[in-house]
Amino acid sequence: MHELKELYQQVILDHNKNPRNFGPLPQYTNYAAGHNPLCGDQVDVYAVVEDGIIKELKFSGSGCAISKASASIMTTLVVGKSVEEAKTLFDEFHRIVTADFDDKVETLELGKMAVFCGVREFPARVKCASLAWHTMVSALESSQNNEVTDNNLN
Amino acid sequence: MFRVNEIRKDFPVLSQSVHGKPLIYLDNAATTQKPLKVIEAMNEYYREYNSNIHRGVHKLSQLSTTAYENARSVVKEYISASSTEEIIFTRGATEAINLVAATLGKSLNEGDEVIISHMEHHANIVPWQMIRQEKGIILKVIPINDDGEIIFEEYEKLISSKTKVVSIVHISNTLGTINPIEQIISKAKEFNALTLIDASQSIHHSHIDVKKLDCDFLVFSGHKIYAPTGIGVLYGKKKILDKLPPYQTGGDMIRSVTFEKTLFNDLPYKFEAGTPNIAGAIGLAEALNYIRSIGLDAIIDYEKELLNYATEKLSEITELRIIGTAKSKAAVVSFVLRDIHPHDIGTMVDMDGVAIRTGHHCTEPLMRRFNVPATSRASFSFYNTTDEINVLHNSLIKVINMFK
Ligand SMILES: Cc1ncc(COP(=O)(O)O)c(C=O)c1O
Repeated sequence: MHELKELYQQVILDHNKNPRNFGPLPQYTNYAAGHNPLCGDQVDVYAVVEDGIIKELKFSGSGCAISKASASIMTTLVVGKSVEEAKTLFDEFHRIVTADFDDKVETLELGKMAVFCGVREFPARVKCASLAWHTMVSALESSQNNEVTDNNLN
Repeated sequence: MFRVNEIRKDFPVLSQSVHGKPLIYLDNAATTQKPLKVIEAMNEYYREYNSNIHRGVHKLSQLSTTAYENARSVVKEYISASSTEEIIFTRGATEAINLVAATLGKSLNEGDEVIISHMEHHANIVPWQMIRQEKGIILKVIPINDDGEIIFEEYEKLISSKTKVVSIVHISNTLGTINPIEQIISKAKEFNALTLIDASQSIHHSHIDVKKLDCDFLVFSGHKIYAPTGIGVLYGKKKILDKLPPYQTGGDMIRSVTFEKTLFNDLPYKFEAGTPNIAGAIGLAEALNYIRSIGLDAIIDYEKELLNYATEKLSEITELRIIGTAKSKAAVVSFVLRDIHPHDIGTMVDMDGVAIRTGHHCTEPLMRRFNVPATSRASFSFYNTTDEINVLHNSLIKVINMFK
């Protein structure tokens, strides 16, 4: 039960219930679709990028609480950041949900992402947590329609 | 009284704990646990007479050949086939359907029709789509009603003299629906269409007599009936199998080879290319004998009890909706719980030791039909108990509270 509480922390449950920045952007410069065929999770990420800065970022789609909360928290973290900074955050996020994160909260952003620490105890759920992030990176790397699937996720 | 506590002792896996709780294994439609007898029969093969079959004159090869062919006889008896020539060992149901679609497909022509149902496993959809791509056949789908039952009148409308094959699942792995295959087969006969029955979920939950059914093909996988993975069966009527071209080539399926010409072996070897899963076949025969020793009627009655209890108990949860409410049902309960994603449910009940399946169960068109991305599924076997259903029930209540 302890691990479960770690996985489904209040923050995650809250973001699942009231996802921030949810819904498509009517106008965007960058977009990608993410899909995890294993569980059917689906996420669309829309961004407005100007001069290398992420002005707006929204997501839509359907998925489990972990994937939805992860997408929601991600959007709150990267708006206002540069594309490079967003990618660095992704690397840090990846560290948190896999093994080698030492629980030290170095920055405010890391603090918010730290709620996903519990995921690493549930290897089957790492993909749920990282789908939105992979999709965002893919959106930022190209303004064309991008498909992210399970094959290049982990 | 069904002596479930005695029976549970036959399954070594069941006596363990996961996450500090006794394992409650409710994912039997995905694969079943193996009784000690099956494990030991396979061990014995590897420890005492491992050798290739149909090849050597030496002692061990004779023993393994006898065991492998004996397994074929056990399967033949179990499904009441006319002869062992009609029993072909495959890797599983998926390979068996692919074998039929690929070989039968060669003789199909543009405009020929194949009928399946809306509740098929992907394994009984995609092989036919491949033939559609290759040959331009037409794939027709029998719709189902909101309870998850085939609409027979719609089937009657779809079938015609253009129908060459009717390929239908006997029991749905997702819904538990038991389809009226007798009527489906006899209707197909009126139009001279061949019939394939996917018995993956029914071979251990109902009496299968292929002579009485009079189907042309029937397939199932060993691992769903207490046997190992990697072994399955294609039953086919001899006169039809004889006419089909080989599927894969090499090994036992060959009688003689010169660089100019190869002669193919007789049935059933014609369809068994390469060294087969010998230990798997031995394990499968042992599993069928095990089922017989418990008694299929006793199993059917007990599993019906479990289904009724689970349906009642889970229906007490008002936020829970059962997907698949056919009048005639096997011990499978698919459900959705409010808007809580099945993956969250699966992870949470796992912490209580309960193993259920979550996802689309390889039946994506069915998920779309019921307008859900995925379901949670508890599927029962004769080694499950009503107490275990109570634990699932309590665990689901906890999930709801967590997501309040
Ligand atoms: C109804 C049905 N058909 C076919 C299959 C495929 O079986 P296998 O993966 O063992 O080939 C399954 C297994 O999930 C099934 O439930």
